[in-house]
Amino acid sequence: MTQVSMTVNGKSATGTVEGRTLLSSFLRDTLELTGTHVGCDTSQCGACVVHVNGVAVKSCTMLAAEADGAEVATIEGQANADGSLNVIQQAFQDHHGLQCGFCTPGMVMSAAALLKDNPKPTEAEVREYLEGNICRCTGYHNIVKAIMAASGQDVAIAAE
Amino acid sequence: MYNFEFVKPATLADAVAALSGEDAQALGGGQTLIPTLKQRLNQPGTLVSLLSIPEMVGVCKTDDGALSVGGATTHATVSAEAAVDFPGLAGLASHIGDPAVRNRGTIGGSLANNDPAACYPAAALGTGATIVTNAREIAADDYFQGMFATALEEGEVITEVRFPVPEVSNYQKFVQPASRFALVGVFVAKYADGVRVAVTGASEEGVFRWSEAEAALSAIFSVDALAGLSVPADGMIGDLHGTPAYRAHLVAVMTRRAVAAAA
Repeated sequence: MTQVSMTVNGKSATGTVEGRTLLSSFLRDTLELTGTHVGCDTSQCGACVVHVNGVAVKSCTMLAAEADGAEVATIEGQANADGSLNVIQQAFQDHHGLQCGFCTPGMVMSAAALLKDNPKPTEAEVREYLEGNICRCTGYHNIVKAIMAASGQDVAIAAE
Repeated sequence: MYNFEFVKPATLADAVAALSGEDAQALGGGQTLIPTLKQRLNQPGTLVSLLSIPEMVGVCKTDDGALSVGGATTHATVSAEAAVDFPGLAGLASHIGDPAVRNRGTIGGSLANNDPAACYPAAALGTGATIVTNAREIAADDYFQGMFATALEEGEVITEVRFPVPEVSNYQKFVQPASRFALVGVFVAKYADGVRVAVTGASEEGVFRWSEAEAALSAIFSVDALAGLSVPADGMIGDLHGTPAYRAHLVAVMTRRAVAAAA
């Protein structure tokens, strides 16, 4: 067992982990941040996407010990300071970018990573960026619309 | 997953020392190894992370014009930092897996694993790259030794991959849609003294050079030069994603597309 410390959503977090403890397990079980979902546990579905040192990673395929000293951002830290939804979350609500909501934390975190690097993506770029995020409800159209809207772009064509 | 000790050395010497221990296993980005461990297909006593060794991270030009990529450099970094000097390599790196996988997975991990459907082996063999380890330099032509088999010795670490930069190059991948691995991928690189063509995803022997196409393209670098050329289906992988004949067909198609894109 080893001690790990990291900054999670701006707050310092410390815990004891085994070598094999996954970052997703540490977030969910130790820190009780259960917004990060584990869907497939085989790094296919992207429900567990969080940011580590500013980039999107699949937290089910990274060891907690590897994140020692890192800055981690999860869905719990995405809302605005006053608790209202941030622009991406609000766009998901406005454009019905979710149905059951299981994939949504990973979708929002991937969208945030995309828009940080590419503030005005094309629809094709959005779809390509979401290759590692699987949604079984929406058929993706409304997720793509939401991300286009969150980037301040016209969404009229996105669902055609 | 069986439990293991995790260590994160800050120097190559410490990493090599840790890997000399019993049941020690190197960990790159873990995008293949961690899923493998979850399936209990591997049971290391110690995992030695290679991602905190500064000299093993980054992309730079060498004095003789080659592109040097540190063994622990992620696909995302290669995609961004090789874009100007070696767009063919950056293009390959930018389509491995998905964005989150590219932020963790490393070139050294990919080459050490030598998955028969991985992308990087095609670039390394297709450029005649040099695989630099803590102990020696290995020519790509000697490095790949069949599915999941390489010239690496136990505990040997890929510190750097040195790519001779081609005049033009391109990688075309026909993706297996669920995994994003190459059903067939072809890397074509044109140098002043000839053309190299390397094929991944197709053969039961792992990545290979298609010498007939190399000869034809070295004479005339155009799609037309490939007319009538094909690889035999014998020895190609057959699985639920594609028959040997289908993969053999794709080799020729992907080679033509790569030449068209590069020319």
